[in-house]
Amino acid sequence: MKMANLAINHINKSFGNLTVLKDIDIAIEDGEFLVLVGPSGCGKSTLLSIIAGLDDHTSGSITIDGKSVQGLEPKERDIAMVFQSYALYPAMTVEQNIGFSLEMSKMPKPERLERVGKVADLLQIRHLLKRRPGQLSGGQRQRVAMGRALVREPKIFLFDEPLSNLDAKLRVEMRTEIKKLHQRLGATIVYVTHDQIEAMTMATRIAVMKDGILQQFGTPEDIYDRPANVFVATFMGSPPMNLLPAVIVDGSQGLSIQGADAMLPVPFSAVTRAPQGKKVLLGIRPEWLSLASTSTYQPTLDLYVEVVEPTGPDIFVALRLGEREIMGRLPTGSRTRVGEKARFAVDLSKAVLFDAETGIAI
Amino acid sequence: MSLSKRLGKIMPAIVLSPSLAVVTLCVYGFMAYTALLSFTDSKMFARFDFVGWRQYGRLFESPRWIIAIENMAIFGTLYIVCATCLGLFIAILIDQRIRFEGVFRAVFLYPMALSFVVTGVIWQWLLNPGLGLEHMMRELGWTSFTFQWLIEPNRAIYTIVIAGVWQVTGFVMALFLAGLRGVDTEILRAARIDGAPIHKVYTRIIIPALRPAFLTVFVIEAHLAIKSYDLVVALTKGGPGVSTELPSTFMYSMTFTRNELAVGAASATVMLVTLASIIIPYLYSELRHEPTT
Ligand SMILES: Nc1ncnc2c1ncn2[C@@H]1O[C@H](COP(=O)(O)OP(=O)(O)O)[C@@H](O)[C@H]1O
Ligand SMILES: [Mg+2]
Repeated sequence: MKMANLAINHINKSFGNLTVLKDIDIAIEDGEFLVLVGPSGCGKSTLLSIIAGLDDHTSGSITIDGKSVQGLEPKERDIAMVFQSYALYPAMTVEQNIGFSLEMSKMPKPERLERVGKVADLLQIRHLLKRRPGQLSGGQRQRVAMGRALVREPKIFLFDEPLSNLDAKLRVEMRTEIKKLHQRLGATIVYVTHDQIEAMTMATRIAVMKDGILQQFGTPEDIYDRPANVFVATFMGSPPMNLLPAVIVDGSQGLSIQGADAMLPVPFSAVTRAPQGKKVLLGIRPEWLSLASTSTYQPTLDLYVEVVEPTGPDIFVALRLGEREIMGRLPTGSRTRVGEKARFAVDLSKAVLFDAETGIAI
Repeated sequence: MSLSKRLGKIMPAIVLSPSLAVVTLCVYGFMAYTALLSFTDSKMFARFDFVGWRQYGRLFESPRWIIAIENMAIFGTLYIVCATCLGLFIAILIDQRIRFEGVFRAVFLYPMALSFVVTGVIWQWLLNPGLGLEHMMRELGWTSFTFQWLIEPNRAIYTIVIAGVWQVTGFVMALFLAGLRGVDTEILRAARIDGAPIHKVYTRIIIPALRPAFLTVFVIEAHLAIKSYDLVVALTKGGPGVSTELPSTFMYSMTFTRNELAVGAASATVMLVTLASIIIPYLYSELRHEPTT
């Protein structure tokens, strides 16, 4: 399998006077799985089209394998793309759909059919080869769309929200399958989604975008545990990270939670970085809370349990601290009852602090 | 049940029944009446002496009817082929996101707003050697220019094709344009990624995807061709001689000027059956299942 690294260098893009991408700068290595994630309209598809060569950019450059692809047509960039709507050719059979790019590059028919057959076996769609897209289910079309990309054996695969038209169950299945394919082929992939779970589960690198601006670029762990700002913290993760307004007190050692009569030490990551009196947001992921045992050495908060939602593996609890609502995620079997006040331990080795004014992590 | 409620229930039936009655009587009733007449020996007035298929025999022995059918074949084929190709071609050109697209669309659609008689008269003037194209070319200094198709028995039928195509092309274009606009833009992007040159994109992907539009266009053109009457009357009046006779003009002259009511009815019935054999399968396929995407 061919592979290639990809660099997106300071890309800007405007449509007329509407700026859609601002100085996007991302680089990935051979065989990485990059997920571009962000709310709809943030410019993910536009960036993907620019990588593909379907759209021009206003400034910046794209390099594949260290070479600029400036001015190259999509077919000359050695990329393949899977579209959100699948974009299958309606009048062609599955076999013709998958083989179309090879046909256009004038590959002899026997070789072409062999390649198509191989891909069809890989995706388990050999029995569908003679059908037309209109006769396929959503999941089958999705596989054909992937087959059309796989058959080209490109340097880079581009996926634009390929799973968003599938039902929930199929989406989870295909997610695993795409991940397996990535591991088996070792291909370089750029994958666009607005679904943070897809991003977390599939990526080796995540780029979080908002309003055409890159918010954070890093591994899934970076993004999840050390979000660069409040947007990333709340966009990634479900339920989202709890953000509690607080003020630094006690000579930069303590946090006074606003709207509640509670104090916590400053999280480890921010110790000595926040001056006395600074207004901050304390970020705590729901699973960074746990029921405190009597022997706990972690700082604790006394919280009032408002709602308990068992989901199977976890229990989500809606907690109240003064006027603040906090979501917690406890292992099944945790003993909590609605209406009681319980003591919860806060994992300060993980908790993060944001500047309340700028929203940027401290 | 209150009066207003009861009234509300039967209101649709009350409102629909007059038009239903009129359609049943005036359309289907007279169709049946015409079919019935074709089996009689009616001359100037309707008579009900049944003679079986004799009038159909006479019809197909009449050289004038054979000419009409031959003309229909020439006219119908050329009309459908030319209008389809030209309409598709213009639609593809307009689909290139040209400027002033709205203006072009209106310009091409406009002929469809004219009645066939007006179209016929316009083209009669344009093609008239003494008035139109030939006259103009000679005025401009090309004195040897001749264009006399309108008065040449072997060529006159083509003038009807020209006028007919001129009129319907814009409409065909609009149908194809709607079809082209319905093609998912992601498909076109996929084709670019697959490295398909523009002509392949049209021949392999877009035009095959327009199958439903082709079917609609064909049915509309076919029925316009078979029932075209006014165009011929306004342009050539079936002449020179009977060289541009079509089944419809034949039917008219048999029925209303030659006192052969039954033969006219037989020709009308033949036309009806031909039309029905095109349209019924179409309606059937349209109503039966959705076009596949
Ligand atoms: N051809 C275009 N002309 C003008 N604006 C566009 C065009 N394509 C996309 N946009 C705008 O660019 C922004 C980003 O679009 P897109 O990349 O499709 O977002 P995403 O894929 O993240 O949902 C949107 O605000 C959209 O309205
Ligand atoms: Mg998008």
